[in-house]
Amino acid sequence: MKGLLDMLRRIGAMTVDGVWRLGFAMRFFAAVLMYSGQSLRRLHLTVREIYFSGVLSLLIIVVSGLFVGLVLGLQGYETLQRYGSSEALGVLVALSLTRELGPVVAGLLFASRAGSAVTAEIGLMKATEQLKAMDMMAVNPIARVVAPRFWGGVISMPLLAAMFSAMGVFGGWLIGVVVIGVDDGAFWSQMQAAVDFRYDVMNGVIKSVVFGIAVSLIAVFEGYDCSPTAEGVSRAITRTVVTSALAILALDFVLTSFMFRGQ
Amino acid sequence: MSISLVDHSPVVSLRDARFAYGEREVLRGIDLTVHRGQVVAIMGGSGCGKTTLLRLIGGQLRASSGAVEVEGRELAHMPRRELYALRRRMGMLFQFGALFTDMTVFDNVAFPLREHTDLPPGMVRDLVMMKLQAVGLRGAHALKPAELSGGMARRVALARAVALDPMLIMYDEPFAGLDPISLGVVGQLIRRLNDALGASSIMVTHDVHESLLIVDYIYFVSEGRIVAQGTPDEIRASTDPFVHQFVNAEADGPVAFHYPAPPIDSLLQEVRP
Repeated sequence: MKGLLDMLRRIGAMTVDGVWRLGFAMRFFAAVLMYSGQSLRRLHLTVREIYFSGVLSLLIIVVSGLFVGLVLGLQGYETLQRYGSSEALGVLVALSLTRELGPVVAGLLFASRAGSAVTAEIGLMKATEQLKAMDMMAVNPIARVVAPRFWGGVISMPLLAAMFSAMGVFGGWLIGVVVIGVDDGAFWSQMQAAVDFRYDVMNGVIKSVVFGIAVSLIAVFEGYDCSPTAEGVSRAITRTVVTSALAILALDFVLTSFMFRGQ
Repeated sequence: MSISLVDHSPVVSLRDARFAYGEREVLRGIDLTVHRGQVVAIMGGSGCGKTTLLRLIGGQLRASSGAVEVEGRELAHMPRRELYALRRRMGMLFQFGALFTDMTVFDNVAFPLREHTDLPPGMVRDLVMMKLQAVGLRGAHALKPAELSGGMARRVALARAVALDPMLIMYDEPFAGLDPISLGVVGQLIRRLNDALGASSIMVTHDVHESLLIVDYIYFVSEGRIVAQGTPDEIRASTDPFVHQFVNAEADGPVAFHYPAPPIDSLLQEVRP
């Protein structure tokens, strides 16, 4: 009986904690937005973060995109040729990438490469009292440190997802057309005919923007909220990666169910 | 030590200031005054509320009751904008310097100037070099904080704290973890910068001997209260048991060696079947 009560109490405490943290994160998000004007006016701060989050993530995004495209090309051809429609390979590759794999896989890679780095950076600044020092120098750390990193991530993410999709399509073409020998003209023309810009590409872009906001918010929040010790920072980094991955997959389901209902 | 007192008006004054973290009361009624031009030390054992006191004066924490005034202005209900305006005239040296690790020494010292003024780059450069010269580290301007020793980092942080020529400089454990030479250097710098700038300084420390050499007045804090105060000479001559224990680093005295615990007998009884 006592064990059961304890368990219920623990579940209750965890729920209250979770809701409280979510509320705190939302207030933090509001503060970030409120101070964004200040930091966007000093554009070089955000540009610097776009470099750190975006440009430095390019390598992993390009290489992963290429490999995902290569695998899609192989698997897609394998299945499609059973039904004699291997020319539709271009459509398959392009649709899977722009609608799903581009935003989702790029988001996951972005969270583990750039998100974790942002959390580590802000967390270390907190642990070594740099944020407090900044605040004592009458410089708001949310405007000076957090908001530029948030916007750097939000701007980088859709560009990285686009890059990922483009590399994937190139990988699919490399396997399908160059290696296996699917007709080049059919590969591209069927793709052009079947991929709708607004319905497929734009929805993918919307997804990548939403994931960008989610991952960047989680990354800056976990860094800002971590306990200011080495252990606290390392835990915050883990939480950033785990929470971002869950958020991306859950949001992807929600967005997909609104966007693509199979009409 | 000569004191240059131009004007006796208090820069900082606390009256019956109290502060609690949740249920735990850290400061239990502090009365303290810092006059213009003075270097004041706040001393006490670890965890006695010294740093909390400094954070109250900097406006990072708000007192739960009592008054905290800086330049005659009450901090309790001051809006953020005004607090920031006031902080531009305060400098603070954090315990381990808190230098920005992604910037060079030069950029660290230039940070407050670039954030709060529109000075042309040439002038920022001259001002930064002057501050670095004052702490003896002009030659280190291109180094990153990771390349500095503890004492050097503390001096760079000091140059950054005085970059905007503040009227009040606060030091959180400026001597922690320094070798004897660096300790003397930092101590002398604190005094010299204070006098050269015509500022006032508050120093939280537990280094008795270095402090007695450079400060004008000392407050001893224990368990959230001021238990003794006086000029260095008065402190040296003091017969107060707390001051005596602290100055002579004795293990036993008013500050107990044991953390509060039930009597040891109770532990033995528990073990018995």
